Amino acid sequence: MSGPAIETHELRKTFGRIVALDGLTMTVPRGEVFGFLGPNGAGKTTAVKLLLGLSRPTAGEGLVLGAPLGEVSARRLVGYLPELFRYQGWMTAREVLALHCELARMPKSDWAEEIAAALALVGLAGRADDRTETYSKGMQQRLGLGVALLGRPELVMLDEPTSALDPVGRQDVRRIIASLRDRGATVFLNSHLLTEVERVCDRVAIVDHGRVVAELSMADLESERGVRIRLTGPTEAAVGVASRLGPSRIEGEWLVVDGLAVADVPALVRELVAIGAAIHAVVPIHHSLEDRFMALLGPEAVAGTDAVARSADSNLPEVHP
Amino acid sequence: MRAFGAIPIIARLTLREAFRRRLLWVLVGLTALIVVLTWWGFGRIAESSPITGPVQILGISQVTVMLAFMFSFVLAMTAVFAGSPAIGPDIESGLLLAILARPIRRAEVLLGRWLGLAVVLVGYALIAGYLELGAVVAATGYVPSDPLVGPVYLAGESLILLTLAVVISTRVASVAGGAIAVVAFGLAWMAGVMGGVGQALDIKILHGVGIVAALIIPSDVLWRGSAGALSPTDSVLTAGGVNANLYRFSPFSGTTPSLPWLAWCVIWVVAMLALGIVLLRRREV
Repeated sequence: MSGPAIETHELRKTFGRIVALDGLTMTVPRGEVFGFLGPNGAGKTTAVKLLLGLSRPTAGEGLVLGAPLGEVSARRLVGYLPELFRYQGWMTAREVLALHCELARMPKSDWAEEIAAALALVGLAGRADDRTETYSKGMQQRLGLGVALLGRPELVMLDEPTSALDPVGRQDVRRIIASLRDRGATVFLNSHLLTEVERVCDRVAIVDHGRVVAELSMADLESERGVRIRLTGPTEAAVGVASRLGPSRIEGEWLVVDGLAVADVPALVRELVAIGAAIHAVVPIHHSLEDRFMALLGPEAVAGTDAVARSADSNLPEVHP
Repeated sequence: MRAFGAIPIIARLTLREAFRRRLLWVLVGLTALIVVLTWWGFGRIAESSPITGPVQILGISQVTVMLAFMFSFVLAMTAVFAGSPAIGPDIESGLLLAILARPIRRAEVLLGRWLGLAVVLVGYALIAGYLELGAVVAATGYVPSDPLVGPVYLAGESLILLTLAVVISTRVASVAGGAIAVVAFGLAWMAGVMGGVGQALDIKILHGVGIVAALIIPSDVLWRGSAGALSPTDSVLTAGGVNANLYRFSPFSGTTPSLPWLAWCVIWVVAMLALGIVLLRRREV
């Protein structure tokens, strides 16, 4: 099937006077892992509900797998893990999965295989016949993930899929997302966890106050590398040498070179030493998603993400010769 | 995709939940106890009453109608307590999110829930109703004027209240929705009594109130049908020294609903379910 997996145009949703989504326009190509990123209250879950037809837009339009928003039959090809995941507590995991096989109108002959595969994938095979009311939050979220993966959906929408998971569970989710990408499925990952998104997504849209404020690919972000070198000596000549590798400038005692791959840094340092520059420090520049997020939304927005929690590991490594 | 093809899936899910949560087993256990007590109690009345003959039979008929009234109250409460959490709590807990993301219409969810609960309720009303009547007949020999139809009207009355509770549950939290349905049931019954008095005494305004109330919630129409079916035949009344025409003024008497009223009951259920679908479709989940 051709055409993008998701396409929206000026999608708007208001609840009374509150504007939850304010003209969402975006395109998600098929086969990509697409991160939908934003601070709490940015309108992410509202957008997912509109895309799934669980909520009606106040204005605007969109297509999901080529079908207009709310088209019931298109949901046959969509898997969904809600942010507020909850399944029938009186049923076992196997029964919940069977119910969703039936709701998804899968042939009954496929159910056993589908259910076994989903249970194995999310690590619940050993507890498949226990009532879900005995499950921990994390196990319920794993079950939700299994439900979303039934029937090899073409589009999988995951709304904060790791919110209740431990580090092992988060790694499992990354593995599952990678396997979905490998088989050509589109994954729409709704998250405020910058690290999660950065690790698994091909592209992200950053949303704030109900609008997409930026859309970028991880490849673009990767290319936005560089290096800062504190040096003394022939600074003009140093700029000349560095300019052959990328746009360069002097900022105080620092030579800043943009667009330089990490692998090229030792060669640059050798050349600078060769022209008589004294090197005091070399700091690779890595424009992380967090940097971009900060630049777009400011520190207040970052406070609503996991960036603060992981500030220790986001510090740029300094290399002293 | 077949239109409304998901209704049986949701109905089966509802039935399984009723079995799994032991609702049905509790009802079966309580009903068995009540049937045994009815048989024992009516047996004692028949054996030990100082009044005998036609007058005793007349007295037993009145106790039977009173028993049916209490049973109709139990059924109404069961309908309200089963119906009022049918939709709302599943939305609030997020349970419906995963289901509605499947190729299923909201109408199918509502109709499936209603159908599943209706099967439980109607089945229970008919089985328990016939068992109760059987116990009365076995213990006393009293046979009402239309014993087979009586429980059917009772089942219909509970269906009206179930429908009301399910529709309210699309918008109102279960406890509040249940309270609204119980009050509506009580008001409909009281308005029915007033209407009956108005009709008997030819007080047009009271009679009118009864009709309007029955149009809004027709549960009392069916209760009166049930009371009529379980009342004594004219020959029993005459043998007991009661004027059959005067008996119609008794609060324990009833009247068989006319065909237009029965049709209205069906239309009312369909219209209410349609309203429930509209309300659910407009609800944010």
